[in-house]
Amino acid sequence: MLAGIYGLLSASFFVSMDAVDVAFTEAAVGAGVFPLLMLTALTVAGRYEQTAHRRPRAAFFLVLVTGALLILGTLDMPPFGSPDAPAHTHVAARYIQASPTEIGIPNMVTSVLADYRAFDTLGEVVVVFTAVVGVLILLTSGEQRQQSSPANAVETMRSHMILRVVSKMLIPLMLLFALYVQFHGEYGPGGGFQAGVIFAAAIILYAMLFGLAKAQAAIKPSILRLLAAFGVLLYGGVGVVSFLTGVNYLDYSRLAADPVAGRHIGILVIELGVGITVAAAMILIFYAFAGYATGRVEAE
Amino acid sequence: MLPELYNYWVVIILMMIGFYIVIVQGNLIKKLIGLNIFQTSVFIFYISVGKVAGGSAPIVAEGVSVYSNPLPHVLILTAIVVGIATMALALALVVRIKNAYGTVEEEELQERDLRC
Amino acid sequence: MLSHLPILQVIVPLLAAPACLLLDRARAAWLFACMASLVSVAISGLLVFQVHQFGALSYSLGGWDAPWGIEYRIDLLSAYVLLIVSGIGALMMLAANTAIRTEVPSERQPLFYVLYMLCLAGLLGIVATGDIFNVFVFLEISSLATYALIAQGRDRRALWAAYQYLIVGTIGATFILIGIGFLYSLTGTLNMQDLANRLPALENSATAFTAFAFLMVGVCLKLALFPLHLWLPNAYAYAPSIVTAFLAATATKVAVYLLIRFHFSVFGVGFAASVLPLHSIFLVLGLVGVFVASLVAIQQPNVKRLFAYSSVAQIGYMIIGIGIGSATGLQATLLHLFNHALMKGALFLALAAVVFRFGSADIRHFAGLGQRMPWTMAIIVIGGLSLIGVPGTVGFISKWYLVLAALERDWWPLVIAVLLGSLLAVIYIWRLVEVAYFRKGEDEVCREAPLSLLIPTAILALANIYFGIDTRLPVYLSDSAAQMLFGGGP
Repeated sequence: MLAGIYGLLSASFFVSMDAVDVAFTEAAVGAGVFPLLMLTALTVAGRYEQTAHRRPRAAFFLVLVTGALLILGTLDMPPFGSPDAPAHTHVAARYIQASPTEIGIPNMVTSVLADYRAFDTLGEVVVVFTAVVGVLILLTSGEQRQQSSPANAVETMRSHMILRVVSKMLIPLMLLFALYVQFHGEYGPGGGFQAGVIFAAAIILYAMLFGLAKAQAAIKPSILRLLAAFGVLLYGGVGVVSFLTGVNYLDYSRLAADPVAGRHIGILVIELGVGITVAAAMILIFYAFAGYATGRVEAE
Repeated sequence: MLPELYNYWVVIILMMIGFYIVIVQGNLIKKLIGLNIFQTSVFIFYISVGKVAGGSAPIVAEGVSVYSNPLPHVLILTAIVVGIATMALALALVVRIKNAYGTVEEEELQERDLRC
Repeated sequence: MLSHLPILQVIVPLLAAPACLLLDRARAAWLFACMASLVSVAISGLLVFQVHQFGALSYSLGGWDAPWGIEYRIDLLSAYVLLIVSGIGALMMLAANTAIRTEVPSERQPLFYVLYMLCLAGLLGIVATGDIFNVFVFLEISSLATYALIAQGRDRRALWAAYQYLIVGTIGATFILIGIGFLYSLTGTLNMQDLANRLPALENSATAFTAFAFLMVGVCLKLALFPLHLWLPNAYAYAPSIVTAFLAATATKVAVYLLIRFHFSVFGVGFAASVLPLHSIFLVLGLVGVFVASLVAIQQPNVKRLFAYSSVAQIGYMIIGIGIGSATGLQATLLHLFNHALMKGALFLALAAVVFRFGSADIRHFAGLGQRMPWTMAIIVIGGLSLIGVPGTVGFISKWYLVLAALERDWWPLVIAVLLGSLLAVIYIWRLVEVAYFRKGEDEVCREAPLSLLIPTAILALANIYFGIDTRLPVYLSDSAAQMLFGGGP
């Protein structure tokens, strides 16, 4: 719970620093995904604790040295907020001045994310994909999990009547909002990642209230796996199409007759790839954790 | 000079709190929370670098001429995603460790390893 | 298509990974992954040729020129490391099908290949890129895949080892991220070449110094440089054997590459010398690492762990090469990258064969192994001789250049220390040989390892001898790369 508040706090910090896109993501991740994962992990791992601390002095010394070095490092840094710091005048200046005409979309963060540095974003999607494959290989052992969940599910349904009704109305709204964020990322804050997380959150909410089995019946893990892989391939595939049009990897300029229109298409498609992979990955990770938890409770 | 940099220093203190927790905590889950604080404070550091006094969010709007630097925002979006991916994997490991050892305390883990 | 080779090198394995997931059959996934990794070897071969012919290649991703977009930059150094990584990656992949049969449950095998390809793609991406933030992203791809792969070991301690590595690895990556942040705030760019152009003007800045320190410590955590090596022995000992073989031969090499890249290309040779005695630090840490790790290795009952400690010692040699601070020293390091990949690849793969038959690599299984698995044991002996540095093997070549570099500076104590280090290697190799050939095993019948495992291992062992005699290729590449790094920017 504290972690969630911490997440929200850092999100509001980002807003005050004008980083709305980052704030949006941090709100979704820090206040949503991370505490959720924490909670599921805690249910499995138990929460009793011990007060054994190891070598706190040595650690404190190490931390002190590191911190001092960092402070030393800031001494020669340009002052906070100064507009003529090299960070703002060199590469970034071009993004701010030229991106509205070169890419043709108002949200510069999206321009940089999905075009100038699109390859980083491909890497980011692959990181999510790696994590989901890693979680799956760690937490799925096949058999016996499936049949155990229905009993559990029935119980959840009875105990939360009001929640159920409210969320029935809420879930479609969330899904709609996810779509809005997905396709509105060019104009306002948002984009594939945030949309994917919101979409996943809606499904996870459903799974929490109606039981894992019902959710898994509605959206099958095997299909999600395909989708997670498909999103990465879609993103990477755009790059391969760039080859075929005779330009460098992830250069969208020839996807349409007009380079700016081509970039639009490119950004839309890769954001879609991001959204699909992220949504599928988040749901799969939740399934894996929740499935593991219920499997263990039944086993005991 | 000093007041211009205090923002970074606050972030560094937060960073070191996280780092300290990672090293000292014996509980595997709390270690991860420390790691999370450590990472998030680095994100805040980046975003602070990107701030321009008097600038607004980097979305083109009428009548605005000074924008914050979008590049650190992009980098941190990526880094946040990397961070949460790491956390997911780490928690999956913790869950498996709990299942295999019956504990998530570092010292007990070592004891149980030595016994067998 | 030839102009797209730099990016194909990375995206072939990168996109092969999700495709493997779609296949969802262990055998099909393996065949596909084999194909993809063989293609990437071919690409890296072509790249070496192209760089040799036309000089460094630059490839602007998304068509945006650096520093605005991300640049892939392949010079001789990166082409050389790409060749090592993809070559080893493909050989290990060929053996993987058999090696994991007894170690990883069948329903997890398709996912195992997916992670393997991701790890390979991540490592290749780190080497190919010319953008410092892109390094971080690909570092995390390979690291996350590595954590999950290590956790696949059958012993539950594999989980614990993976967790420890995850914590250390993430701290390392975050340190690197802090370093990148400082560099960015100072220069406003993320492109390595652009950084190299802008940094000399800022040589006396405390910020640049801090950035350098954090990047170095971060990389050294990944590198398992003594005394930051504590995660490595457990991770190597409990991971599935094929993963150990792959990581030992590639991951540490990529970390050394990063160290060299940051140190020489981004900051420049002069930078470290002007602000702190980095080279002396490297020399001392390297030497202490060689001795401490070798001494610990001698006492290990588990052979996988023994060679894991020996890896820490070998990393020590590589760092000594950098610490000598001359082009010959750097060449010795680069040669040892190549040679160590060959010897540890052969040794760990041979151990995979032992684990395949016995279920573990405990030294008691080695009793009488000389008769039972003659080929496997012969390969271990070749790898061992190479590790010691006997003439006629690759190990000799790297030691030879290291000694040459030390002599250039008239550092006799260093020469003696290197020779003493080799003596320690003799002790732990001899221990194995003695048990395998002069002690009778229990009566259980045991056959030689299957051919599918033996052939890749034998290829590596033969490479140990071949490149020990015909040294032209690695010597030429490492020599030109070292000259390039000392002759100014990338």
